[in-house]
Amino acid sequence: MKRAVILALSTIFILSAGIAIAEYPDRPITYIIPFNPGGESDITARLQEPVLEEVLGVDINVTHKPGGGGAVAWSEFQRTAKPDGYTLIGVNIPHIIGQPLLRKDTGYETNGFDLIMWFHFTPNALIVRDDSPFKTLKDFIDYAKAHPKVVTVGGSGSYSANHLETLRLEREAGIKLTYIPHTGTGPLAPAILGGHLTALMNYSMLPVQLGDKVRVLAVASDERVETLPNAPTFKEQGYDIVGGAFRGVAAPKGTPKEITAKLADAFTKTNKKIAAKQVPLGFVMTYATGDAAQALVDKMRKSYSDVIDEIIKEREKK
Amino acid sequence: MELFWKVAVELMHPFVFFLILGGVTAGLFVGAMPGLTAAMALAVLLPFTFTLPPLHGLVALGAVYMGAIYGGSFAAILVNTPGTPSSIATAFEGYPMAKDGRALEAIGLATVSSAIGGLAGVFFLLVLSPPLARLSIQFGSAEYFWVAMLGLTLIASLSPGSTLKGFLGGSIGMLLAAVGVAPIGGENRFTFGMPVLQGGVEMIVALIGFFVIPELFNMAAHGRAALAEVTIESRKRGTFLGAIRTVFSMPVNLVRSCIIGEIVAIIPGAGGSIANLVAYNEAKRASRHPERFGKGAVEGLVASESSNNVTVAGSMVPLLTLGIPGAPPDAVILGVMLMHGLRPGLDLFTVSGDLTYGFIISMGLAALYMIPVGLMGGRLIYRVIVKTPHYMLVPSIALVTILGTYALRNSLSDVVIMLLLGTAGFVLKELGVDSAPIVLGLILGGIAEMGYVQTILRGTALEHPWMMLFQNRLSQIIIVLMVLSFTSPYLSAGIRRLKNPMNEQRNEEPPE
Repeated sequence: MKRAVILALSTIFILSAGIAIAEYPDRPITYIIPFNPGGESDITARLQEPVLEEVLGVDINVTHKPGGGGAVAWSEFQRTAKPDGYTLIGVNIPHIIGQPLLRKDTGYETNGFDLIMWFHFTPNALIVRDDSPFKTLKDFIDYAKAHPKVVTVGGSGSYSANHLETLRLEREAGIKLTYIPHTGTGPLAPAILGGHLTALMNYSMLPVQLGDKVRVLAVASDERVETLPNAPTFKEQGYDIVGGAFRGVAAPKGTPKEITAKLADAFTKTNKKIAAKQVPLGFVMTYATGDAAQALVDKMRKSYSDVIDEIIKEREKK
Repeated sequence: MELFWKVAVELMHPFVFFLILGGVTAGLFVGAMPGLTAAMALAVLLPFTFTLPPLHGLVALGAVYMGAIYGGSFAAILVNTPGTPSSIATAFEGYPMAKDGRALEAIGLATVSSAIGGLAGVFFLLVLSPPLARLSIQFGSAEYFWVAMLGLTLIASLSPGSTLKGFLGGSIGMLLAAVGVAPIGGENRFTFGMPVLQGGVEMIVALIGFFVIPELFNMAAHGRAALAEVTIESRKRGTFLGAIRTVFSMPVNLVRSCIIGEIVAIIPGAGGSIANLVAYNEAKRASRHPERFGKGAVEGLVASESSNNVTVAGSMVPLLTLGIPGAPPDAVILGVMLMHGLRPGLDLFTVSGDLTYGFIISMGLAALYMIPVGLMGGRLIYRVIVKTPHYMLVPSIALVTILGTYALRNSLSDVVIMLLLGTAGFVLKELGVDSAPIVLGLILGGIAEMGYVQTILRGTALEHPWMMLFQNRLSQIIIVLMVLSFTSPYLSAGIRRLKNPMNEQRNEEPPE
């Protein structure tokens, strides 16, 4: 008798799960942004929202849960979100790679998400003021070689994409710089325009925004960025440096494949539609879904591993 | 001139009139609710503005921003709770006035001062943008550190009882600011193994905890309604004409507060939360009757409310000219501009001049519309608060506060933190440690730490990295201001004592 009940219940459960998938989505989807309103992640989500609603046919509720560079929202998401496709969260590389390795008690794991898609990339760029004596990357590196630690490079956050890239440049070029972390991208513009720093390592949007008040010495992408045609890449100048921030969206671990596939499809369609608005701002659109999305995390993890290992080693010495 | 007419025609459109009026009204109510901030209101409006043409979208955002900063004064005056951090000082004078039955007078003064401040900010933005923008980027990390130190000297005047207890409060606030991910170094501090504490103590959460909860305890403990009925005499002074007469009777205070508001506004990251306190402090120092402050001095109220509304248009100076968002709501406005393909800089004032000037002037209109909306809305809110018996008012305010705190970051733990801090704040208040220095320490702690560590890092290559703190002319000026601000209360007391020693002695109260 007991067995029959369990059997019946589980049959109902499986069937209803099947129906739920077939009809997914049939109620509003919550889309958590782990950063403040007004930032790149927020603006992207706001652009996606109406298109996603049209494609999926349900409301998309964008909510913010900032704190700890994203870690507060990510840790709560991995702990509590139900894998039913109705709660999604914005994710970023290298944040989800670097934080769990370099910080105690982050409360989440890099691979604790079911990644849906990485929808764009903002490569790092080495930026100086327009009147800087450094005309090229070579000028910059030659000077830094002769004057260790004198050159100050500002960026957003500690062990962030900007910081890790600065450390990689130091390794690749055999120079010593002084990296100065700031809270977000906002304070970087006055710091470089007011001449308080020698250079910035920040995303490709900042030079687009500041226009001819700054000069880009190098961009950390495979090819030149469409909106910065005159800015050479690090690769062109002989340094194998490619990196920056990838932004994407993830579902809780264990979400049915049918659901993530459907979401990946919806986000892909959306991304194509909003590209016309994002490309002019300095974004590079990407379309990595499913296994390719996970592969990108693994690839970036490998490419940052040298730098991260070195930081951990230095910390242990202390 | 052609541009002027184009802008005027755009702004005369009835839809634009409706947008500004609706924006100011909505902003007013958002600002009046503790926990709902200007930045949050703008973020909620964002998807709506994408459906509008760029000018209309910006007009709506500007109006809500202006209204929200002003609306914070209602909660400050009527329930001793700054609705936004920009009206902390408003509560110092507004609430004592309200308790004396002068609530409508305080609201009238806040309304007129806010409108004047808003207009002054627009004036500065129209006329002085280029030089102000150049000044704004002179502030580097060393200057930030010294500005924070200058701010901390306010503690001396914010703690009416004992200066020592004031500094104790300030230190508690700075310690709270250290919780979470270190701004430099990125390691977790004081999180006690709880991932949620990585987010630190949000300033608004602390503001609500330290101001609202002790007040609610007080109201519940004394079993009294919050306010006295307004007297007829004061009702007269609370009318539009009465308030205008009072505000314009102190032109020096008004001009000084507006200039302070503007200077603080162009320092990215400072904003209204610091402007109102600095202006209040200066009004107190300049006053012939500093002893009346804290007991309902109208000068203090006017200084606070005029300076904080200057910062709305004031912070647009670095935003529109250089693309630097000075305060959280500015970041949302920058996002909207970029999405519409508007890049901050000179082009904004020339190529898309009609749009930019339209936006700037609409903020001035928003400041004017605040007067009728505020005087009517203020009376409404006042009546609700006075007529509601305290056994309903206390739980209602508590509910709104909890909802507001939760909505801030969609975080239940923020609610817990708010309640814990509030309880601690109540006990500390009983021990003579006021809430204002704690919140000030929390606001400035982060700025001071960032500024200090960044400056020392910048000096890595020097033999003595700390020399970097004293190198710039601007740093030196701020240091002098700081020393003056810190010593002037003692100096002026000393001078007074030298001038008429007899008088002073007679007034001196015997030690407790």
